[in-house]
Amino acid sequence: MAEPKPQGAISKLLNAAWVRPFLFLVFIVVAWDLAIRLFKIPAYQIPSPGDVLAVLRTEWPELLRQSWPTTYATVCGFLLSALFGIPVAMLIAGSKTVESYVYPLLVFSQSVPKIAIAPLFVVWFGFGIIPKVISAFLLGFFPVVVSAVQGFKSVDPDMVDLARAMQGSRLQVFRAVNLPHALPAIFSGLKVSVTLAVVGAVVGEFVGSNSGIGYVMQRSIGTFDLPTMFAALVILALLGVILFWIVDRIEKLVIPWHVSQREDVIFAS
Amino acid sequence: MKPATVTSETVQPAAHLRLVSDRAGDTSGIKLSGVSKTYRTRDGDVPSLRPLDFHINDGEFFVVVGPSGCGKSTLLKLISGLLPPTSGEILVEGEKVTTPHGNVGIVFQNALLLPWRNILNNVMLPIDMKRLPRQEYLDRARSLLKLVGLEGFEKKLPWQLSGGMQQRASICRALVHDPRIMLMDEPFGALDALTRERMNVELMRIQRETKKTVLLITHSIPEAVFLADRVLVMTERPGAVAAIYDVPLPRPRSLDVMADPVFTELVQRIRKHFFSQGALD
Repeated sequence: MAEPKPQGAISKLLNAAWVRPFLFLVFIVVAWDLAIRLFKIPAYQIPSPGDVLAVLRTEWPELLRQSWPTTYATVCGFLLSALFGIPVAMLIAGSKTVESYVYPLLVFSQSVPKIAIAPLFVVWFGFGIIPKVISAFLLGFFPVVVSAVQGFKSVDPDMVDLARAMQGSRLQVFRAVNLPHALPAIFSGLKVSVTLAVVGAVVGEFVGSNSGIGYVMQRSIGTFDLPTMFAALVILALLGVILFWIVDRIEKLVIPWHVSQREDVIFAS
Repeated sequence: MKPATVTSETVQPAAHLRLVSDRAGDTSGIKLSGVSKTYRTRDGDVPSLRPLDFHINDGEFFVVVGPSGCGKSTLLKLISGLLPPTSGEILVEGEKVTTPHGNVGIVFQNALLLPWRNILNNVMLPIDMKRLPRQEYLDRARSLLKLVGLEGFEKKLPWQLSGGMQQRASICRALVHDPRIMLMDEPFGALDALTRERMNVELMRIQRETKKTVLLITHSIPEAVFLADRVLVMTERPGAVAAIYDVPLPRPRSLDVMADPVFTELVQRIRKHFFSQGALD
């Protein structure tokens, strides 16, 4: 085969999956810095990237310490939304009666702004971790349910008939056909859910908490310490990306057969 | 075999195309007596099948043709036990069908292979559902795959196979638990014409080797006549038996049989049923 020779290390590096978003990020940061210099934006409105980096470097131990409660609340809220969301979706998809009673209310509940009722959880559960977990759970729950319902419903009825005609019990058919079939949709819901759970946890920290990244942001806004606030934003974004990446990895392990993962299968076989 | 000339030499009309009455008193095969189905919906009752009476013999290749929506698929669900009939009773091998009895293998228009199982495990699905010992049936699954020419594809995932190969795998799945009956609902409807003809020849060979009772539903009259021992023609919805024809063509048949005057005459005769009723599709 007369293929052109690989153009060396630089093009190889460019093709690595993480390099392109990284380059784009560098571009954004440079544009941010240039904009501040060109339009002479005062530091109390938008801090320069350099200031934010400086805070990230000096305040690193403190930021890391504060990010643990946020991570903990996010993960707990996310796991709860998966734990409750998937069975609720199973019930909704499995029974017309349950669907007609529950689904409209569930949609209705989504239009209630969580941030408005978050103080209520503080009243009920105090300033601890629980209000944050509940807030993360409430934000993460809905996307899991919606996607999973869609996944469970998209099973070909002929396929279910086929398994039932082989005398499979309801549970057997569910485990062999319905559940695996719904997994891709469930995972796409989980990915949306995990990023929303981060938002939920921070909302919980906004309204009443004395720890966590949300608390750091709240405090730094109060003192016009914008570099710290932006540094907290960076930490939050990192947290979201890492959690999303973990769910994505788990998805690749659980459903390697799905269309979205097929390239890996070809290389693996 | 006769030379393939379709001349106007008077082919002895209808002598061998008689309507066949069903024999009674035989418990093997599939026996339907007064079986009807009416679906209850919010808008009232929708009759799907008018009372049907016929008997499919053991080891027979029985083909049903009928216009769209005449309840052919309902018939299949009734025989497999997935739906209870509104009236009448169905006997499979002498046993009354009320719930899924597992003595059938089903092939649908789409292969319906599970994308997360490899071909061998897809074929093994009935074994898993029926909780039969896996080890004992693995060899059977492999030899069935060999029978349909899929040897070496056991570890492949369904999407790596062509449509015709997938459908062959689904035929193996219908046979792996050694049922007496194979129910096929337009099994080759989604395949291209060339593959379809090849699959027809192959299906006849498989039926000859496994000696299963086959109930096949199709839209294609030539396909029906080519495959069948007997062809049942259904009326429009709600479906009823319009006629049952014997196919007096000798076996084994090759595709050349389609030029046989007996074949063409029978195709014509069946087609008339649909022209007198209106459209086929």
